Order: sequence, then C-alpha cells, then structure tokens
Amino acid sequence: MTKLPSIGKPISRLEGHFKVTGSAKYAGEYDVPDLLYGYVVNSTITKGRIKIIDTAGAKALEGVIEVFTHENRPSTAWFDFQYADMDAPPGTVFKPLKDNEIKYNGQPIALVVATTFEMARYAATLIKTAYAEKEFETDLESNLEKAREPKKGLASMLKPPPAKPTGNFEEAYRNSFVQSSGEFKHGTEHHNPMEMFATTVVYEGKNKLKIYDKTQGTINSQMYVANVFGLKMKNVQVIAPYVGGAFGSGLRPQYQLFMAVMASFKLKRNVRVTLDRSQMFTFGHRPPTLQFTKFGADENGKVNAIYHEAIAETSQFEDYVENVVNWSNMLYPAENTLLEHKLVPLDVYSPLDMRAPGGSTGIHAIEITMDDLAYQLNIDPLELRLINYSEKDKSSDKEYSSKELRNCYLQGAEKFGWKNRNPEPRNMKRGNKLIGYGMATGIWDANRLLARVQAIMTSDGKVELKSAVTDIGTGTLTIMTQIASDELGIPLEDITFSYADSAMPFAPIQGGSFTTATVGPAVKASCKALKEKLFRKAKNLRSSVLSDAKFEDVVFSEGFIFLKENAEVKISIDEIFTFNEGKEIKTTNAAMPNPLVYGKKARAVHSAVFVEVEVDEELGIIEVKRAVTAVAAGKIINPKTAESQILGGMIWGISKTLHEETILDDQFGKYMNANLAEYHIPVHADIHELDVIFVEENDDFVNDLGVKGVGEIGIVGMPPAIANAIFHATGKRIHNLPIHFDQLL
Amino acid sequence: MNNFSYTKVSTTDQAISQIDGDIRNKIVAGGTNLNDLLKYFITKADKLVDINPIAENNSIIRLETGGVRIGALHTNADMAYDPIIEERYPLLSKAILAGASAQIRNMATNGGNLMQRTRCYYFYDITTPCNKRDPGSGCAAITGYNRIHAILGQSENCIAVFPSDMCVALAALNAAVNIKGPEGERVLAFAEFHRLSGDTPHIDNNLKHGEIITSIDLPAKGFEKNYSYLKLRDRSSYSFALVSVATGLDIENGIIKEARIALGGVAHKPWRSTEAEDFLKAKEPTRINFSEAAAIILKDAKGYEHNSFKIELAKRAIVRNCLMALNPESQRPGAKPSL
Repeated sequence: MTKLPSIGKPISRLEGHFKVTGSAKYAGEYDVPDLLYGYVVNSTITKGRIKIIDTAGAKALEGVIEVFTHENRPSTAWFDFQYADMDAPPGTVFKPLKDNEIKYNGQPIALVVATTFEMARYAATLIKTAYAEKEFETDLESNLEKAREPKKGLASMLKPPPAKPTGNFEEAYRNSFVQSSGEFKHGTEHHNPMEMFATTVVYEGKNKLKIYDKTQGTINSQMYVANVFGLKMKNVQVIAPYVGGAFGSGLRPQYQLFMAVMASFKLKRNVRVTLDRSQMFTFGHRPPTLQFTKFGADENGKVNAIYHEAIAETSQFEDYVENVVNWSNMLYPAENTLLEHKLVPLDVYSPLDMRAPGGSTGIHAIEITMDDLAYQLNIDPLELRLINYSEKDKSSDKEYSSKELRNCYLQGAEKFGWKNRNPEPRNMKRGNKLIGYGMATGIWDANRLLARVQAIMTSDGKVELKSAVTDIGTGTLTIMTQIASDELGIPLEDITFSYADSAMPFAPIQGGSFTTATVGPAVKASCKALKEKLFRKAKNLRSSVLSDAKFEDVVFSEGFIFLKENAEVKISIDEIFTFNEGKEIKTTNAAMPNPLVYGKKARAVHSAVFVEVEVDEELGIIEVKRAVTAVAAGKIINPKTAESQILGGMIWGISKTLHEETILDDQFGKYMNANLAEYHIPVHADIHELDVIFVEENDDFVNDLGVKGVGEIGIVGMPPAIANAIFHATGKRIHNLPIHFDQLL
Repeated sequence: MNNFSYTKVSTTDQAISQIDGDIRNKIVAGGTNLNDLLKYFITKADKLVDINPIAENNSIIRLETGGVRIGALHTNADMAYDPIIEERYPLLSKAILAGASAQIRNMATNGGNLMQRTRCYYFYDITTPCNKRDPGSGCAAITGYNRIHAILGQSENCIAVFPSDMCVALAALNAAVNIKGPEGERVLAFAEFHRLSGDTPHIDNNLKHGEIITSIDLPAKGFEKNYSYLKLRDRSSYSFALVSVATGLDIENGIIKEARIALGGVAHKPWRSTEAEDFLKAKEPTRINFSEAAAIILKDAKGYEHNSFKIELAKRAIVRNCLMALNPESQRPGAKPSL
C-alpha cells in the first residue's frame, strides 16, 4: 500500500508495465471481427487537379472491397464549421476527398479498402492518376512579400495576438546605449511520434460507431465525427487509452479518422486505417519561421526597447498562428515595444501545434539577442537577466500569480557551476576542444480550461473516477489517481482512474501544458463532493455520532470518517454503505477558473537553462556535454513523471538545435526526408548529462492544487542556451536552426 | 510491394542457377537494404533467392599469401568483432562499427555491404526524376537538396554517393572481391568493383547480374600499427557519412613507407588518390605533409548548393585522420576524434 499523501512522491506510472510488456493496446491494434483494412493513396503533385483517377486495376483484385475517391465519396456535412475541431485555426478546414482539387503534396486522394492491409497497400499502387498541374509556391523566404496579418478566430483565445505597441520603439532603440539585432531562420519540423496515426472503427449497427483513435482528445474526435457524418454524439464513442506520443499532432482529427469512419459507415463494416511513416509527413508540422529582433538597453543593462517580428508559413486554407513574439515583454519589462506576427500562405498543409508551439521558436530569438546584449555590455548573461527581472508581465501590466524564476536562475547556476565560466569567448578548453557555457530563460503559459469528472464509490470502499481526458504518455493516469488518493484519504491501489473515453465526462484536448491544471481540480472537486455526500449520509445514520459535526470538522482516512479533534468519534464507510443498501454513491462535478478573477493576474511557468558544449573547431563537431534546467511550475504532483517531461523536452531541445529538420524541396513542393533514417533525431550517443531541478513555487491563484504544467517548458530554453554556449566556445553567433556542424568550419 | 516467390539455397552454384541471369530474380542475404528498395518500389523482384544458408561463404580463412579471406555471408557485426580482424585489420573493424546501427550490423553481410545502393533522397522517391532509378529521367539532386551528395568523380547524370563505411576501409586495404558466376570464378580488385556514375549511373558496380560475391580477400598488410577511421555526420550513430576517411600508414624510422587514404561519403565509390599517396611516400608524417596530400586529393572537387562545405571538411578530416593514425590508441569504436 502506498502511504499518503502521494502528491509530491515519485510514483511510477501505473500503466508502465502494460506499455513495456506490449499488452497496452494502441488504436491500430484492436482486433475486431471481420476487420477491413484501408490504405490511403496520396497526391504526388503539389497543386492542381485530378483529371482522371483510374481505380479499375485496384478494384479488380480479389480481396479489394472498395476504392473511395472524390468521385464516389459518400456525402458528408455541407458547412465548413461542421468540420472545425477544438484546435482548428481560422479558415476552412481541409476535407479529405472533397473534390478533385490538389492543395498540397501528399494530399490524400483515395482510400483502398481490402480484406488485408497488404492487399490494400498493393492495390493502392495500381491506382493510376492523371493530374493537371498548376504552379505552386512552397518556399517561405521567396514569398515574403505576401506576408500579412493573420485572421482571428476561436484559436486566438489561447493564442492571443501580440500586445499592441507601447511607447516609441524606434526612438528608444535609436537612443539606446547598446543595440542588438538579429535575423533567425527555423525550418519545418514534424512531430514524428513513435506510434503511427491509426483508427479502428467498430460498426455497431445503424448510425452507431465505436472508434479507437490516435488522438489527444477523445471528445474532439467524437465531435468531429458526429458533425461531419451527421451522427448523434451519443452514438459516436471514441476511445484512446494509450497514445504512443503525439506532441500536438493528435490535437486535431487527422485524415485517417475521416477515412476509416467514411469507409465503415458506407460499407457497414469494421474498418481500420493505419498511416505509414512517410504519410506521417502529410499533415501538420511546425511551420518554418523567420524572425527579426532589435533590442536596445541602457548602460546599466536595462532593456528599454524591444522589437520582435515573426513571419511564418501557413497553408492556403487556414491561418495557423502560434505565439512566437509575445514572450519578450512578459519576461523583460521594456517600456517601448513593437511586436508583430505575420503569415505567408503557401501550398502546404496547415501547420499544427508542436511541443511548445511558438515558444520554442520565439524564445530562441529573444534569448540569443539578450545574450548578445550581455556581451556588448560586458555584463554576465545571468546578471543581465536579473537586472531585467520583473514580478510583473509588462505586456499585460499584470502581476504574476507566482514567479520563482529568480530561484531558477540561482539554483540552476549553482548546480551547473556557472561561476566557473570565463566570460571571454574561446577561452575555456579541454584538450584540443573549446568549451562553452551558455544560458537562457524559458517561459510558457500556465493555462486552465473547464473539465468535468465523475467519482463513484462502491460498497467495498473503492473509488472509480471517470474523465474523457487522454494520457499521451505524460503520466496523467498516475497523477490523477494521486490527486484523488490524497483528497479521499484512500490508498492509490483502491482508486481506478478510467479515462480516454468520449462517453465519460468532458475534458478538453490534451495540450498546451494545461491538462493537470484543468482535469486535476475537477478530480479534486468530484472527490470532495463525494466526501460531502458520504458525510451527509453518515450524519443521517440512526443515532449518528457525527450528527452535530460539520464537514470542516472531519477527516476521511482508512475507511472511516472521524472527527479531527477526536479520532475515537468515527463512522466507517462500511456502515454508510449498509445504510445505503450497498448501492454505489456517485457524483459528477465540473471545475473551471473563476471568470471574475482568473484574468486579473498573469500566469506562467518559468525555467532557467544552463548548457555546456564541447566543440571540435577544426571539424565543427558540437556536443552538448551537460545541461541543467531549473523549473518553477507550481506544485509538482509527481516528480518522476514531471522530470521525464522536462528531460524529454531537453532532449528535444538538443534535437531541435542540432539535428531536426524536414527538408522541403521547392522543385517539387515536397518533403524529401519523410522517414526516421533521414529525419534526424538524436541517438543515445548524442545525449550526455542532463539534470532537472524543480524550484519550490507556491501558487494558490492558478487553481486549488497550485499546479501549472510541465509539458512544454523543458524544450523552450534549450535551443538558445546551446546556441549561446556555442558562441561562448567559438565566438560564432549562429542564428539559424538546426545548427549543422559545417556552419562552424 | 509486388508478390514474389522466395527460395532458399545452400550452395553458391544453386544460387547461380536459381538467379539464372534474370534481372527480376534477386539475391537476398541480410536484406537490410533490399527490403527498403522493394518497399519503396525502387527494385522489383519476381523471386528472392535467400543465400544465407550457404555455409561455404560464411567463414574466415587465413590465406597462404599471409592475407585473410572473409566470407561474403559473414555478418558485419561478426566481422567487426572477429579476433583476427580486430588484431590484423583494426581499420576494417573500426570502419564497420562506424556504420549503421548495432541492429543493422547484426543482419547485414559483408557481400551485401558492397551491394548496398545510394541513400540519395531522390533515388528513393519514385515521384522525382533520377537517372540511377530511371535512366534518362534527369537528376533532381543537382538542383535540389544535395547536402549528402558527391564532390568527387561525379557526372552531370548523377551526384549520388556510395554510402558504405566498411568499403572505405576495404578500398584502403587493397582488398579483392572473389566472384562466381555462370561462366566460372573471377577476382576483381576492390578499386575495380564499384563504378563512377558517368553515363551509366544506374549501374553501381561491375558485378554482372547472375554473378555472386563469395568472399573478400584482405592482403597481408593490415596497417595495424598506424590506422584510423574518421566519420563525420549529422548525428553520432545511424546516419551516413558526410565525409569519412580511412587511413593506413606504414612508417619506418619516422618516415612514411606507404600511405593509404580512402574517402567515403564523397563519391560514387570509395575514393582514393594514387597521386596523394605517392606524394606521402618517403616523407615525414607531419601536419604539413598531410595537408598537402589532402589538397591533392581534393584538387578537382566540385561542390553544389548544399554540399560545398564537404571540400574543406574532407581536407580537414584527412589531416586529422592521418594524425590520429599516428596514435591509434586514441580511438574507440564510433568515437569522435580525440586529437
């Protein structure tokens, strides 16, 4: 039995052994009777229209049941809004097989359905398509003249446009004691979770479907399917207990869901559609982005002028926006600011939130510009951050609900040994290699949305909680169980957290680092309500010893309700259930931020990152030898799963800085390295010593658990810290990502 | 993937008769590249002839010449860790261990290593032009993303590179390839095995269809005192060389008696320069002399939009690797240079 309280303890993932033994089932692994297999055919051109799509050869094969194209697609919803999902940017959602128009390379143009996967895949190769091609544009840099303001929409709620200009940037910058300006280029990246996107649809009779989907939001997929195919919500059940990584790619329903449902619905059969690795590059991605910064500071290092502009790629049909430029004034309280974010629509699929969307892009530019100011001013880069430290988010003029960034700086620097840094670039050496120390700040929003949770206690005193929320590998199942355990005074072993089923109470898509802060309070609220119910029943027992007690006066522990003041005065849960005739006791409760006060304070999670690189200058080889990330993210429910989140983010930060890039060839408008051999992420040999510190941070404002979320903060500070360390080692400022070793030659 | 038949054979002669000179019949050993080629529709096969059970081609024999014969079916992993290879041909061992990943080396065979095809993105994408895959269709890499492409010996028809690490060491060691075919046995010097792209980029090497590699002969001289293999790439494992260098030096009384320098990742075959190696003969093993040799090797190099860096990188890598060869103890498998 686990001892209480469990919050704050490094509990191992409750589902861990299912995952490592292979018994955890993923969306493409559900065996259902008479399953049909769909394989998607993708466009080989980038723009134009399909003149002829000849499916006769494929259909003639034995075992091929049907081939769906735009010519025979069953009719679906008419209106654009019916296709919109919880993460849809403003614009017109892409509709698979809608018509003969090709909008991007790799667009799905047909679905072959056969009795085996192999047959479907083989049949797909027999489909002959003739296109009328049009000229296309896929290169961001040669289309900058098309840059324009993004449209606003529902998505702007969590991703607000940059704050309006303040003061007079131009004048302040011109008169600054030191000025730093930079241009930063980021390439395309794809999420590439281990698990391929897949959907298994179980046809349960007329107009009723059970769907196993790879998604970060069961209700998001449910809503999409119900709206698009004209089904009742209650007749669409979406289940996703195990998600083999998603990193944002599952925030929107992807086309395999549409395809599988369409085929199942039309054929009245069970259908599975699984994408292959190259098809994982045919939907959302992190957009290529150009950034321009101009920061000015006075002789004491105080930053007084900030200009930050981003120009990012989007598709021709949606205005995908992420917060690239909103961060600098949240960190540094300059009086004169000019922040701009523009989009260039190109002939690609819409970009899609990918771990720390915008933050991992923008912070890179901001923190390199800050580093450059520090060198110009001859001030230690860490000292410069402290000089510009603010308890307030200057961009909104609000106090932070909590901000222990100062302690992140101090504890991180101490652990790393920042004081041993020789400030002069090119002056630290090990053997023939140059050593560089670099640091950077990280910041990410601490958001919270609405969620509902049901709590059910059965006569054995065990409790089941239900929520539609997924666990995308972050530890949600484990930490929700911990929260319930502590609230109820019941050991973890007696609590079941049932989740990832759209039939369960509402939870939003799992992203933006807001899941714990959103669902956690709902778990707590429903557990508290359950206790209140039990308490009322206890009071109503004949000659109850607690008849005069108030709820505040009692404690729930080890199967009893007893008085805080006198543990001898108690009533057992058994007794209550006897009185209740063994019937289960349940309650469903919602939790959401209080709209009257929630907006009154700024809310963010912070980090300080310190990195040591070793550079073999003659050959350009860069190694990240050590990194320390100190994080202030409110209460940490589970230090083990939280640390894993930060470590994963740090490794991804190394990947983003030194390895990761999708290569788009503008001759073809196509990604050329759409596989994991050529899309490089680090191997073990690239990763060395990584340390995580959680700095104590108390916050009773963000929610009543005091949690902020750790999903994205691990990645944001790494790229600039590494780039700054490379500068310190070599004296070379490299602004573009990824940094290839030949840039040091 | 098309349907194909599959058959196992236990002798070289059976393999030759099963292949029967038909281009649609393919030999499979480790399958680490062929499976990709089949799945990407680059190679089409009617029949796969599995040669793994051929015992006669899976051994290591000491030759009377003082050299060693290694079977074509030995796996890369077994070869790299074989005590004879580690002791007498550590350059070969190091080169093998720099390649691929442990899992792939466990499957891949020596013969297959010679037969692997380029990793050019465009070669693997059947929607783009590629003279190697589809002769006459053009080369998309010349005007495309050519970071991984050739700087030496390429033609305007094809700038693909041969991706092997092992073969770079075999080239440096002057290995020989033993071949058997319908017309009997023959031997090809390693330098004669692979071809430059020229006007026939679709032909990677001089093995005729229907022939089979039975073994590889390593000459007596293994350069076990002064050797080094250096591989430069975008991550530390499981990525192909942007530039790699195999160096073997025979030094007597502080003077180079013989030098071998082979480059990988820069050409359609492992690249050697007799002129550079002759230049180093009877010279002192100094940075200046190695730099001079490097300049000779790269004098005709030509880069493209994304790979011009390879010219300077190759020069530096040659110098570094020759210096490392003076101190082979500085190396460990797959290690980054420590000098």
